[in-house]
Amino acid sequence: MNTPLRRVATVMLVMFLALMGSATWVQYVQAPDLNADSRNVRTLYREYGNARGPIVVAGEAIAQSVKVDDPFGYQRQYTDGELYSAVTGFYSIVNGSSQLEHAANDQLTGRSDQLFFSRLRDIITGRKPEGAAVETTLLAAAQRAAREGLGDQHGAVVAIEPSTGRILAMVSTPGFDPNALATHDSAAASAVYAELAAADGNPLRSNATLETYPPGSTFKLVTAAAALESGEYDASTTLPAPVTLDLPQTTATIGNFGGGGCGSNPITLADALRVSCNTAFAQLGMDVGDDALREQAERFGFDDASLTIPMRVVASRFPQDPNAPQTAQSAIGQFDVAATPLQMAMVSAAIANDGKLMRPYVVDRVRAANLSVVSQTEPEQLSTAVSPGTAAQLTDMMVGVVESGSGTAAKISGVQVAGKTGTAQTSSEAAPHAWFTAFAPADDPQVAVAVLVEHGGSAGSEATGGRVAAPIARAVIQAVLGS
Amino acid sequence: MATVEPHRVRAGRGTELLLLVLALAIGVGAYALVGLGTSDEVPPDVLGYGAGLAALAVALHLVLRWRAPYADPVILPATVALNGIGLAMIYRIDFAYELRDKANGFAGRQLMWTAIAVGLAAIVLVVLRDHRTLRRFTYTAMVVALGLLALPLMPVIGRSINGARIWVYFGGVGMQPAEFAKLALAVFFAGYLVTHRDTLALAGSKFLGLQLPRARDLGPILVVWACSIAVLVLEKDLGTSLLIFGLFVAMLYLATERVSWVVIGLLMFVGGAMVAATAFAHVGARFDVWLHALDPEIFDRAPGGSGQLVRGLFGMASGGLFGTGWGDGRPDLVPYAESDFIVASLGEELGLTGLLAILMLYAVLTQRGMRAAIGVRDGFGKLLAGGLAFVVAWQCFVVVGGVTRLIPLTGLTTPFLAYGGSSLLANWIIVALLLRISNDARRPAPAARGLRPDEPLPDDLLDDVPDEPDDAVPVRVSARGEHPVGAEPDEHPTERIGRLS
Repeated sequence: MNTPLRRVATVMLVMFLALMGSATWVQYVQAPDLNADSRNVRTLYREYGNARGPIVVAGEAIAQSVKVDDPFGYQRQYTDGELYSAVTGFYSIVNGSSQLEHAANDQLTGRSDQLFFSRLRDIITGRKPEGAAVETTLLAAAQRAAREGLGDQHGAVVAIEPSTGRILAMVSTPGFDPNALATHDSAAASAVYAELAAADGNPLRSNATLETYPPGSTFKLVTAAAALESGEYDASTTLPAPVTLDLPQTTATIGNFGGGGCGSNPITLADALRVSCNTAFAQLGMDVGDDALREQAERFGFDDASLTIPMRVVASRFPQDPNAPQTAQSAIGQFDVAATPLQMAMVSAAIANDGKLMRPYVVDRVRAANLSVVSQTEPEQLSTAVSPGTAAQLTDMMVGVVESGSGTAAKISGVQVAGKTGTAQTSSEAAPHAWFTAFAPADDPQVAVAVLVEHGGSAGSEATGGRVAAPIARAVIQAVLGS
Repeated sequence: MATVEPHRVRAGRGTELLLLVLALAIGVGAYALVGLGTSDEVPPDVLGYGAGLAALAVALHLVLRWRAPYADPVILPATVALNGIGLAMIYRIDFAYELRDKANGFAGRQLMWTAIAVGLAAIVLVVLRDHRTLRRFTYTAMVVALGLLALPLMPVIGRSINGARIWVYFGGVGMQPAEFAKLALAVFFAGYLVTHRDTLALAGSKFLGLQLPRARDLGPILVVWACSIAVLVLEKDLGTSLLIFGLFVAMLYLATERVSWVVIGLLMFVGGAMVAATAFAHVGARFDVWLHALDPEIFDRAPGGSGQLVRGLFGMASGGLFGTGWGDGRPDLVPYAESDFIVASLGEELGLTGLLAILMLYAVLTQRGMRAAIGVRDGFGKLLAGGLAFVVAWQCFVVVGGVTRLIPLTGLTTPFLAYGGSSLLANWIIVALLLRISNDARRPAPAARGLRPDEPLPDDLLDDVPDEPDDAVPVRVSARGEHPVGAEPDEHPTERIGRLS
């Protein structure tokens, strides 16, 4: 029976050849497709397999990876996830990652070049590589004050330390619970993601840095700065302040809030800012011109698409080549002017810091798993927004706003607060956005803050920046100064 | 009439020792590399481990020198290499499990089972001086095989794990009786077929160019078919069912040389499997998983989805051509990475290159088994060696084919590589039997030990035609050229012995 033996031996060889063929198919021909398959989360798994570093606020981890008994090995867990969601973002197997989890991924996974020596040491000593801890600049008290202030309203709060650019608070509402997205139950995580993506107010997108809004009257700070910087104006320069301003080239007019006058006509620049006089500022804007306004806005950080904190920040905009009536509207923060809440906090912060705009940042230190500091963010000046003299005059004017102007709701006894309200029209039907940006103490600024409440929040069409946003700013300032 | 060339036959023990050094270098080297890959240091016990593995291999080598000096010199080293690679991979997967606080310690137990299995192989080689002795136990083997197959169905000791009822537990020690059943079945089939091959080969009517067997001879194949379908239905074990049936069909063909048996067998099995696939959801699910593995719906289905299979494919794909290297992949992401899916684990960390090398080892091992079958002179030995070599190759095909999605996935262990005591014991016994039979195949005929070329050959060289009563051991005929109709006369074995040298 040697003939059948030989035949069977041949069949066996063919079987092995078939196996080699199928192995080649899987590992070579099909491999690129398989590796690109969205369910092939081996890259993520590899990261999960090594402990991902925590995100830390004042020594407490707000995001950390804990060992679990499933194929991933580690589960990302967020403490006060909703509170910090605009900063941490999420880290999800099925949905990817966002915000700090995304921007600081190399540090958190331990693959950053900064961690080269620590990696080298791991290789030499045979330790499992561990991600580094990312220590943030946030102040828990300020963060909580901001979150409580916004409550159920949609909006955002950003607080910055003017002298350094450290971001002390950054809240966006509605927020989300990153734990629900980080779950390893991929079906549940996908469902939550779909629900959040479709939810009113787009919780997954931070209003603080990724959405722009018409800044309304808070932009008058920029217009005033441009006027003062031109050298042709000072705080006591008088401006025409009619009840309505006829705009050239059109039949359109600009009126004041409430439809009345500005208390006097003409009016000083300081008083115009204090009562937020639209007609005076619209005229002023046309007088200084759109180029001066844009240049001033850019020195405060507008039109800069490259800013990262280290998360990406969308650029705030000042329109290109507006005509005279458009310039007039832009000067009071309407038309196509759009700013992120972070941007408006940067405006206050620059004024507070003698005109020097510091680069805002949220990562203070990166600490390797062995607790050695691998990087420390050094404060860095982005630009000189205004001269110290202009900054001083703007500060005095902003103090007036809170002392006796539109922003009295931000008054804090014993602390001089400098601020500016904003009430930005979006359309004739929707309630206006309520803004407030401020810093305090005026003589030794510790914190600059911007508050945005979308469509007036709970106050609706009755809302003004002074009524709705200013109290939130006050609470955040108190939280920072109190800590 | 064949003549015997008075060549001195090279026993090959020296070659074997040389190859063993190579095989041990692979196994121990892999172990050291796992240490380097997982914890960046050579495992502190690498010398002890190497010495232990070497001691086992050399012990068996010495047993061969003593009791089977002409045994094939490639079989043992190929097996040692496979076993060593498997141990290293299991050790590596243990490390991953330990890191994630999962049950581990498989490598230690596998090492223990390896030692026991090698010991058992040595005992087989020492005790079983002549493989033809086994023919006496043809029907005993049948009873044992059926008993082993039925064992998991017994209450108390039988246990269902992941839907398949293939485990039995004796006081906490689990075993898969099917692994031993395949061994017993090979003995039974060899004994049965060598006696009945003439009848089975008798021609019946012709149909579509196929010489069909006579209807009344269908009895035995029906019985085996019923058994394997029963395993499929009662124990929900497609793998064992496929294994048994494949073995039977192959040995039936070896014995009768009738392709019609193969065709009938395959048709019956495919028919039975298709009925089972429609009647039993879990069998049908296997086919869905095979055909539409990457469908999200089937991927996510639990239980019975393609998650495990596709994760294995992902792992192998991430290994690519050259693999991630020992310890740098994530084989532990695939359920049962240390047993059913060890091939995917190896594919991930050693790459396509490593996997092809492993498949080559299997191919060489099983081809040497077939070589022994061709070389041995008695029909029972031919059938047994052919069946055993085939069943190892077949098992590889079923497992690796399942993991690489060539065929539907079934739960079988990869011989020598996968974690599992039963599988190791059974497969090492198979190796021992192949070594024993190859010793007979390669042993110089008495002629070569001094017989003159013109002297008539002694009877015991010619015990090829097995048409005597079952219990006649060894089987002999007085002369060549008296083969009954249907049985193919052997090619001249003595000539081949000459060529072997």
